[in-house]
Amino acid sequence: MKIKILMDEKAIARALARIAHEILERNKGTDGLVILGIPTRGYELARRLKAVIDAIENSDVPLGAVDATLYRDDVGIKKTQPTLKKMDIPVSIDDKKVIMVDDVLFTGRTIRAAMNALMDFGRPLSIQLAVLVDRGHRELPIKADYVGKNIPTSLKEGVKVKLLETDGSCEVVVEPLKEVDKK
Amino acid sequence: MTARLKHKDLLGLETLEREEIELILSTAESFREVSERDIKKVPTLRGRTVINLFYEASTRTRTSFEIAAKRMSADAVNISVSTSSVVKGETLRDTAKNLEAMKPDCIVIRHASAGTPHLIAKSVACSVINAGDGAHEHPSQALLDMLTVKEKLGSIDGIKLAIIGDIAHSRVARSNIYGFSKLGAKVVVAGPATMIPPGIEKLGCAATFSADEAISGADVVMMLRIQLERQDESFFPTAREYSRLYGLDNLKLARAKKDVIILHPGPINRGVEISSEVADGQYSVILNQVTNGVAVRMALFYLLLGASKEEVKK
Repeated sequence: MKIKILMDEKAIARALARIAHEILERNKGTDGLVILGIPTRGYELARRLKAVIDAIENSDVPLGAVDATLYRDDVGIKKTQPTLKKMDIPVSIDDKKVIMVDDVLFTGRTIRAAMNALMDFGRPLSIQLAVLVDRGHRELPIKADYVGKNIPTSLKEGVKVKLLETDGSCEVVVEPLKEVDKK
Repeated sequence: MTARLKHKDLLGLETLEREEIELILSTAESFREVSERDIKKVPTLRGRTVINLFYEASTRTRTSFEIAAKRMSADAVNISVSTSSVVKGETLRDTAKNLEAMKPDCIVIRHASAGTPHLIAKSVACSVINAGDGAHEHPSQALLDMLTVKEKLGSIDGIKLAIIGDIAHSRVARSNIYGFSKLGAKVVVAGPATMIPPGIEKLGCAATFSADEAISGADVVMMLRIQLERQDESFFPTAREYSRLYGLDNLKLARAKKDVIILHPGPINRGVEISSEVADGQYSVILNQVTNGVAVRMALFYLLLGASKEEVKK
């Protein structure tokens, strides 16, 4: 099995533009919105999503990062610990409509951890989840509100979102898992 | 990216590799944010138990380890020797084995004899952190010093660090010489001839008897406490003379770089090794060190207790 490209740069941009419109439609504008990305790639996508929304609405939606690392459920189980990333909640999230952004929705465990992290910072009015790719195989009852592309996958495959800022190219690929990537 | 420490214990910086020190520092940088929150607690290490076993007096270090453990949701138990079975004559090893039987995940130990944490680490399965052993090492103090310098100056590589005072009796000095020189700093130690052990250069620093020479062009000046409780023998004629020759005041400080920072492991003897105007002045980062101490110790608990115990070198 070789590497398959599922979304190119234009497809990613179109998906983000559609998600931006969906967010604005559902929330009737940008009032009370806060966009929080899950580092590393979720944060880059959140930054782009904010730019698209701000361009449409002529707004300045608060943007931040929510790192789920310290809330993970596999601390002490894996042989290595994930490196801590940036936690940056720029405004009070009390009574705000938080749009959480990640690149790939898989088991749902990261999202569970990120929601617990958010709850330590306040009581949002609602949390909505936007992802670029939903690859299935959920292990928790979690569902995305906004999905760029649904990609049915096998557990033997890995889905990678590559972004210019972090990877030097902009595409979504599916590739066979290497032994080292397996849990 | 994932990374880990190579040993189950943190006994000193002499045995750590540069990459491990950098991992601890970058992890600690992320942990600083937790202490800025309204809810200063993350659930990462819930269910883990940390025992603080202190055979020597301590306010800062013990409190810092305790707060760090609690902010990680670990349970912290403090044992101070004056209220323990040690006064009934229990040996160190027996104390350690008995504590281990209660299944802690980490023992933090301070002892007046060098090598004590190493001895304990060999006889227990849990992680051991050296919180100061005699005049040997005090690794978490050196790590928080490095974190403070990195925070204030951006980098440690290429800076000049002057450590001034009782080098012979200072575990803080030894850990800092190892740590800073591993990260590429030039370390110069200075003090009276009675307080500079012969051969200290072998640790990777330069030595001088002149405080002025050490401070000249320094980016960081670290003043050591004159340990009045350890001065049974006299290493200098009077505190006043020591202060005149080696105490840090504005006059001596003028020789350092313009934006120098001043570190002190505390507790400070005002008017002996450091004048009040310098200790409270604009270049002093003594209280930043204390804040960073909590972050460094949270990082140590995360890195030592957060991974599965399989395949760790003893």
